Amino acid sequence: MDGLLLTPGQYASLWIGVQITVQLLLWSFALGVVLSLVFGLMRLSENRFARGFALCYVELFRGISSIVLLFWFAFALPILLDIGQPSRVVMAVLALGANMGGYGAEIVRGAILSVPKGQHEATTALNLSGFHRVRHVILPQALPVILPPFGNLTIEILKGTALVSLVGLRDLAFSAEILRTARTQMEVPIGVPELFINVLVIYFVLAQIISFTFRLFERLVNARYRQRTGRRAVDVSGGAAAPATAPGDATGGT
Amino acid sequence: MSAPETNAAGTTGADAAVPAVRMREVNKAFGDNVVLDQLHLDVDPGERVVIIGPSGSGKTTILRVIMTLERPDSGTIEVGGRHLYHERKGDELKPASEKHIRQVRANVGMVFQHFNLFPHLSALENIALAPIKAQGRSKDDANQTALELLDKVGLREHANHTPGQLSGGQKQRVAIARSLATEPEVMLFDEVTSALDPELVGDVLEVLRDIAEEGKTTMMLVTHEMGFAREVADRLVMFDSGRIIEEGRPREILADPQHERTQSFLKAVLAH
Repeated sequence: MDGLLLTPGQYASLWIGVQITVQLLLWSFALGVVLSLVFGLMRLSENRFARGFALCYVELFRGISSIVLLFWFAFALPILLDIGQPSRVVMAVLALGANMGGYGAEIVRGAILSVPKGQHEATTALNLSGFHRVRHVILPQALPVILPPFGNLTIEILKGTALVSLVGLRDLAFSAEILRTARTQMEVPIGVPELFINVLVIYFVLAQIISFTFRLFERLVNARYRQRTGRRAVDVSGGAAAPATAPGDATGGT
Repeated sequence: MSAPETNAAGTTGADAAVPAVRMREVNKAFGDNVVLDQLHLDVDPGERVVIIGPSGSGKTTILRVIMTLERPDSGTIEVGGRHLYHERKGDELKPASEKHIRQVRANVGMVFQHFNLFPHLSALENIALAPIKAQGRSKDDANQTALELLDKVGLREHANHTPGQLSGGQKQRVAIARSLATEPEVMLFDEVTSALDPELVGDVLEVLRDIAEEGKTTMMLVTHEMGFAREVADRLVMFDSGRIIEEGRPREILADPQHERTQSFLKAVLAH
């Protein structure tokens, strides 16, 4: 065991897997966010059927283990729908995204409920449409509540991507497995512990990037609530409002 | 039904025939607690009606059913001659669609006891939001109007401040400006000074007085400010146990209440 580093060729092999893993992560996340919002809002709909449908979705996709879900999307569904063999990546994204949506919908629902009732009532008094209520009043206030658990969920998705090796996708975990089984035929033999320490570090770094991104986003969102003057300022001296740079506390105030 | 002099200021001949708000046999109960009991109430365009009554008497619920924050159990409400909760289909009144309710509700605005300003938006953005998003006005136009309204409530220099940076009285004045921005014909004020420190009440009442003096907005106010009611209201309505038990000109009722419960209520309110 002389050093923990692998050869460039071995890293290149893992890099192929990293690309697949990141791709799966990003697409699943995007799909998961959309599904979370749609079904989270539907869970609070005044329409009984919309509520019921959303509840079924949540219970179904939250309740099924992601590996079973993955097999369903990758193997069973194409046969049932008679659609030949669709891209494994697409099917994996559907499974992982739907899984995230099941958890995310409940997070979104809880966050919306945490917005005070008076805020909802004010949107009614101002006669805002359903879309504008959510977009401009409710979601901006729910966001600080949504972000931390969504960070968790995204890391869960990252870990979930490792399952796709079981449906034959060459993600990071699968690439490592390829190296492990081929280790004896290589020019530079590779130790199993060294290999998996590298894999571990790569997953850890990916997870840290996710954490960092969410922390950054949280800070941006929370800055909106901070009691500070001059943000997104408009010219108050007269005329139509034109964006101005932060004037500090020039207004004096009380 | 209502006294003839309530029709005085600010009403045009055409509007005078159609009440700004007409409530007929409106019932509302929360569980066993009846808060509106066969309520009849007409408010003329431009009229200023102050509703008083003991807490829990349902007076706030009158405003909340007009704002569609609570659905009445039965009865009809008209705003500017149009049914709020019903649509006329042939000879029948059918429950209204959301779209219809939104159209009629556009004529009503409300100011809340606890302001309910949007904490993530500046004072100006709070005011300009509904004109831009609900009425489709241009951003420049809406911001211009918002600044004028902030001027009117004496808070122009706070345009870029968020609610967290404002005092209670300032928040409430922004909330009033926000409600005025969509130019509703009927404005509902739900105990708008109750959550304020006593020294901040005056500024808010001043703004209400200005709106009243312009005379074009129909105002329904739930308040305990009897001095303000005497000065500004065309009509005082005493409400108890879901019913109007006495109504008339504020001066007369305050000086010489007829109903025993009005007497005891006024004695309690004016005592402190």
